[in-house]
Amino acid sequence: MTELSAHLPQFQHGQLTENFPDTHLSNTNDNSERRRHDNSERRRNDNAQSETNGQPQNNIQQVVEQDEEEDEELTLKYGAKHVIMLFVPVTLCMVVVVATIKSVSFYTRKDGQLIYTPFTEETETVGQRALNSILNAAIMISVIIVMTILLVVLYKYRCYKVIHGWLIISSLLLLFFFSFIYLGEVFKTYNVAMDYITVALMIWNFGVVGMICIHWKGPLRLQQAYLIMISALMALVFIKYLPEWTAWLILAVISVYDLIAVLCPKGPLRMLVETAQERNETLFPALIYSSTMIWLVNMAEEDPEAQRKSKNSSYDKQAPASRTQNEDAEADDGGFNQEWQQQRDNRIGPMESTPESRAAVQALPSNSQTSEDPEERGVKLGLGDFIFYSVLVGKASATASGDWNTTLACFVAILIGLCLTLLLLAIFKKALPALPISITFGLVFYFATDNLVQPFMDQLAFHQFYI
Amino acid sequence: MGAAVFWGCSAIAFGPAAALVLLTVAAEPLRVIVLVAGAFFWLLSLLAASLLWFVWAQLSGREDAALLPLGAAAAVLLQELCRFACFKVLKKADEGLATLSEDGQSPISVRQMAYVSGLSFGIISGVFSISNILADSAGPGTVGIHGDSPYYFITSAFLTMALVLLHTFWGIIFFDACERRRAGGLGLVVGSHLLTSGLTFLNPWYEASLGPIFILTLCTGLWAFGTAGGSFHNVLKCLSCKQEPEGQVMLYSALQVPPEE
Repeated sequence: MTELSAHLPQFQHGQLTENFPDTHLSNTNDNSERRRHDNSERRRNDNAQSETNGQPQNNIQQVVEQDEEEDEELTLKYGAKHVIMLFVPVTLCMVVVVATIKSVSFYTRKDGQLIYTPFTEETETVGQRALNSILNAAIMISVIIVMTILLVVLYKYRCYKVIHGWLIISSLLLLFFFSFIYLGEVFKTYNVAMDYITVALMIWNFGVVGMICIHWKGPLRLQQAYLIMISALMALVFIKYLPEWTAWLILAVISVYDLIAVLCPKGPLRMLVETAQERNETLFPALIYSSTMIWLVNMAEEDPEAQRKSKNSSYDKQAPASRTQNEDAEADDGGFNQEWQQQRDNRIGPMESTPESRAAVQALPSNSQTSEDPEERGVKLGLGDFIFYSVLVGKASATASGDWNTTLACFVAILIGLCLTLLLLAIFKKALPALPISITFGLVFYFATDNLVQPFMDQLAFHQFYI
Repeated sequence: MGAAVFWGCSAIAFGPAAALVLLTVAAEPLRVIVLVAGAFFWLLSLLAASLLWFVWAQLSGREDAALLPLGAAAAVLLQELCRFACFKVLKKADEGLATLSEDGQSPISVRQMAYVSGLSFGIISGVFSISNILADSAGPGTVGIHGDSPYYFITSAFLTMALVLLHTFWGIIFFDACERRRAGGLGLVVGSHLLTSGLTFLNPWYEASLGPIFILTLCTGLWAFGTAGGSFHNVLKCLSCKQEPEGQVMLYSALQVPPEE
């Protein structure tokens, strides 16, 4: 996928980890699928909540002193930092969704259902409603499974153009159409008078910058912000168009599917990850939220052998530059490509990676790993995870009788689930599904808080008793 | 009612908590994780207490307020139980972190974890008590139109603030008592929590409930300060801003042992 490499250097981070078979990339294709297929095709590909710990372990192996303790200590030390690096975007996404739900009534109004959930929930009996919601969930999950398998097949047979086109169309629709609707509804809520020309300019700018940031290059923070925004938009669509019982059932079933798809040997997502590993490629980087970026130069090589060598050599060369950069910027991101190149040029002269220079660098004793800045290593989370977390919290805030208590309980539950998942990631060091633990906790807390805690707290608050 | 009451009561209730979080917790990832973990444990205790109350209410067949004192007492005891569970889990995590670290010292001490977990209990407890009330206060209405006290919002805010601070202090004292295996400390924490909850049952007689609760907060604060190693001497030294090269009082976060190369 050379063109992809050329266009998406920021995700070379994924390629970086390919040297080390332990780390797996997060499969966000599915998330992307889901995301991509907004209105027209709701393929709910499973969210590949496989996160990757694009992390130290592998690098540590190359460290001269290979202490097991240092290995795990570094894991844990960076583990806490990376947990926070994921807490912040997940929290932001949920805050955006909850704020929208609470203020814009459009997303809580019932305006029909998607074609993927054809059975209505306005039935006479409870039994009929339960049956309808089970059927809806079954249809939705089947669509997701079919789409995931389709994606895996496309990927296996190297139909990259098709996948790429699919992703671009999806993100186009999301960035332009959905945000236009969102903007319109926000204006309606706050009774803001607005003309079409201004709106056209705003949406055009928002969309184009979004497309560039997500599919090509852009500042890390801006790209992260766009990914959060499109996840929130997608979650809002789900909250609006999925009826209640169906939504909860889909959340539960998707967690189970995620578990199966990522962990079972024949699971589609696992096969996807393994295929990508074999080919030393990144997996649709536009659909993964990455907490850091590592910029590598000269990745657009046809020869995989040279590609690997260039990765290693640029990795070595990059180490001192990235260290400087980190000392300067004290941030985790790799910064702009041009800036990095300038710095590199300043530090080690305007060198381009030629096969000779690469061979020469390879011949050098590899002692740069100790200088490899651990701040550069990041962790990735699939966008589908963002979407489904936000769906859970958004639905909780939209429909719960306990209102803010339920929302907050679900929020804490999801964060704890994410924390536990990252802990497991640090222990097992392979791609893991991020949905099951969080969604389970979230669902348990939602139903328990809504039905048990809320009456209790209500009574206490009524009499102004405190516990 | 309206935005003024909403913002005012939010600031009263969560001002100290927000300041403490922003200044001491937000910068350190481990402390943030402990904060969220503490909130999770408190939620578990609340879930258990609500379940108990629900079962009682169903069994006794009545939904009136007579069961509330029992429910509140159960909630208090379950909260302290979950605080103990939190202590155990954090202690284990601390040992794990210590064994995995380069110099054998965990990056966060048990005292810091005690403080952060107490703070997290306080914040989540306060939020659950007052968030719906705050949401209502932003809207229209007249407080106490049916003869209740018109000071509902502001007293709730002050009670919440006291509760947040109390939980922080209880956390410090409790963890210290568990570390040193002193049942006295544990008993006093549980006792003062029950006392606080009981005093709120005197609402709306605010002189009898708010006053003693604030005095209790102050006393518990002083006790926690002493438990954490503070003393009048330390305060004087801090206030006099004397430059001590290797002073007795040092912020743990500033104490970084450089790794041996």
